[in-house]
Amino acid sequence: MTEATEHIDQKLFEILETVSDPEIPVLSIMEMGVVRSAKIINGIVEVQITPTYSGCPAMDVIGDDIKLAFKQKGYEAKIELILSPAWTTDWITPKGRAALEKYGIASPLSESADKEALLGNKKVVKCPQCGSFNTKLVSQFGSTACKAFFQCEDCLEPFDYFKCLK
Amino acid sequence: MNNNLIQYIYGIADNSLILGQRLGELCGHGPSLETDIAMTNISLDLFGQVRSYFQYAAKLIGGDATEDTIAFLRKEREYKNVLLVEQPNQDFAYSIARQFLFDVYHLLVLEELQNSKDETLSAIAKKSIKEVSYHTRFSSDWIRRLGDGTEESHNRIQTAINDLWIFTDELFHQTDADKAMVTEGIGVDVTLLKSNYFKKVNEILEEATLQIPTIEYFQKGGKQGIHSEHMGYLLAQMQYMQLAYPNMNW
Ligand SMILES: [Zn+2]
Repeated sequence: MTEATEHIDQKLFEILETVSDPEIPVLSIMEMGVVRSAKIINGIVEVQITPTYSGCPAMDVIGDDIKLAFKQKGYEAKIELILSPAWTTDWITPKGRAALEKYGIASPLSESADKEALLGNKKVVKCPQCGSFNTKLVSQFGSTACKAFFQCEDCLEPFDYFKCLK
Repeated sequence: MNNNLIQYIYGIADNSLILGQRLGELCGHGPSLETDIAMTNISLDLFGQVRSYFQYAAKLIGGDATEDTIAFLRKEREYKNVLLVEQPNQDFAYSIARQFLFDVYHLLVLEELQNSKDETLSAIAKKSIKEVSYHTRFSSDWIRRLGDGTEESHNRIQTAINDLWIFTDELFHQTDADKAMVTEGIGVDVTLLKSNYFKKVNEILEEATLQIPTIEYFQKGGKQGIHSEHMGYLLAQMQYMQLAYPNMNW
């Protein structure tokens, strides 16, 4: 597994941590693992970010939000979108996974368990509301490209499951 | 400026662009909310991939070229997508059959394109492959469900597969740009993918209790820019905004 981020200077890290994913506001972009590097070069902060999904409309917003966050702290920032190595859900930090669950989104399972879950073969996705595994797949695609849609058969609540991407 | 490389990029990206447009037409018209969302999510993935390809092509072309001018301001003959992806939506079975026949091919191409000597194309392929694996899983699933479903669903998906089968052979034709790029270690030799493609497709059709069509006559032309009668209408709709409001952004 490739590390999500290169070492980032504490001062820049703190600013980046204030930027959240526009579609999942409880998750900072650092927890999401989309920031590859951030360095100050000739007085300008150069930030490399990697898209979660190719067509993710949040990426343009994230780029603008990063620039704004740095501007408020007196820095000029430049964003570079890089595709390789491709983002994987393994880069979501443990803190990020906990934040997802608390927000009501089931966090990604391992690759093999994910496959069983999305084929509707096994009940392995845990309901983020009541903790039951008695859940069923409603739709392989959910409200955004990164999620699938499930329903809990115990508490009956519908919920999103963040698909494993590897 | 490497014209063969640019043409090669069009050959790959236009498939995703035109199929994405067809899937986008289903927004709000899918047979159920779940399938509606699925088809438009797939469309979004494809458009995302197209943006990466066209941003790269725009850099190679230079001047005023942008991803938008490439996507929206070419003439019909300049689009190099295969005929399969421009075929119109009819019933749900038709859209699924078109998706399935393309997904299996798309995945095979990306698996090879990962090893391209061109770093940008290799990176786009590595990124896209994860998304396209998921598309393939979705469309294969529906082939099985419709094929092995009711008599009505079985007949409809069989008809759709039969109708679209004539467009499958073109997937494995090489253009001059393809040949040049294969020689340079940049492009994928699609002729080598053919037997694996039909093996995979036939396997799923059999699981779905469907007949493998046995026709001998195939349609071609899209890769050379010679499109079916449906393409003009598709482009008229797709290009409308850019022609009415020049320079607007995606
Ligand atoms: Zn529950």
